[in-house]
Amino acid sequence: MLDGPLIPRNRAIHPDPYDPGYKTSVTRSPNLPLLSMDSTPSEETGPRFGHARFGALDNNLILNWTRGAAPAVGERILMHGRVLDEHGRAVPDTLVEIWQANAGGRYRHKKDGYLAPLDPNFGGCGRTLTDAQGRYQFLTIRPGAYPWPNRGNDWRPMHIHISVFGHSFGQRLITQMYFEGDPLIPMCPIAATIKDRAQLDRLVAPLDMAASKPLDYLAYKFDIVLRGRRQSMFENKPEGM
Amino acid sequence: MVQKLDMLQETPSQTAGPYVHIGMMPTYAGNAETFDDEFGTSPIAEGAQGDVIEITGSVYDGTGWAMRDALIESWQPDAQGKFAGQDGADPKVSGFCRFAADAESGEFRLRTVKPGRVATSDGTLQAPHIALWIVARGINIGLQTRIYFEDEDNSTDPILARIEQRPRVDTLIAKKTGPGQYRFDIRLQGDGETVFLDM
Ligand SMILES: [Fe+3]
Repeated sequence: MLDGPLIPRNRAIHPDPYDPGYKTSVTRSPNLPLLSMDSTPSEETGPRFGHARFGALDNNLILNWTRGAAPAVGERILMHGRVLDEHGRAVPDTLVEIWQANAGGRYRHKKDGYLAPLDPNFGGCGRTLTDAQGRYQFLTIRPGAYPWPNRGNDWRPMHIHISVFGHSFGQRLITQMYFEGDPLIPMCPIAATIKDRAQLDRLVAPLDMAASKPLDYLAYKFDIVLRGRRQSMFENKPEGM
Repeated sequence: MVQKLDMLQETPSQTAGPYVHIGMMPTYAGNAETFDDEFGTSPIAEGAQGDVIEITGSVYDGTGWAMRDALIESWQPDAQGKFAGQDGADPKVSGFCRFAADAESGEFRLRTVKPGRVATSDGTLQAPHIALWIVARGINIGLQTRIYFEDEDNSTDPILARIEQRPRVDTLIAKKTGPGQYRFDIRLQGDGETVFLDM
């Protein structure tokens, strides 16, 4: 049974916590090493969210802000994929949340004052549960690139923020999906916090014509892998326990 | 060449960014009308068994500045040490909460029940604790830590026991400031840096 401790995180595939290219990380990254231990029930259990708590439009960002009254401005896209664990097993019934800027690159957040206007028909967030095969989908618009204060002229590539739970608190992950072909990706200091280009490529969603709908939307596919668990057989107890 | 391991790799993390609240705490972000039923607004419902407590604190960056944009998730068992969904768990305890630093003061507040003790898989009893996960702009991969309590017996907790520099144990222990009131500050870097976990 794969119900032993969580497989330790391979931190080499993740961004460097301290990266002077992303200035804010300089004062927000621990100096001291993390304390590494086998997971306990606090990391091996986690919150679950029942189907009943979702609204019918929760995963439709084109319509959810206006409750279906009027569509958001922008290029209509389907974002879809699967949530798997490191063993390649589907993670069913897990919460996937996304948030993003509108087509002009502006977030509906009290702290975003970018020049681009708000779209009265766009809120910018959605949520859903994966199905029995670990699949999820969102209907949304392609977010615009936007400038941000870092070096003199830094722009974020088009991206969608994604939060995933898995079935245990220790699997918790937040990441960002980028779009195939965006020339801003290699220039972005936040994307560049991931040092291995092959790992960054895993965050770039390919255009998926087979899943697009003629005369309606284009599709982008984005699979997500969460930490798996070790086999619990042959676990040795520490001496003297 | 060798055989293939047939394992996938975890998806790399990226920072939650400055606008994480619109997706995870829409009411805080000024978008209360986003979802009918927002997740993680409280870890307990009225009538939860046990001692109701309130923990306040701040998340400080390496300069000692209380961050205004930190977002924290907490996960804990009920007063008997059972997690939501387990047999006999208190139905009034979801155990999950999302809370954010106040945009003006940088203070956060968590109102919950004091968690019970939970054993590890080898039977070692851990001291009561609440698991935390911290994200914000500038945090490239979410930070795990725990809140323990000053007025509990923490002497045999296996995680605390593994901290080599004993004064650092203090960074994981909430200080009692009044009846049911605790203070827990988180320091991301530098003097008094909180012990962060890789579990
Ligand atoms: Fe963003």
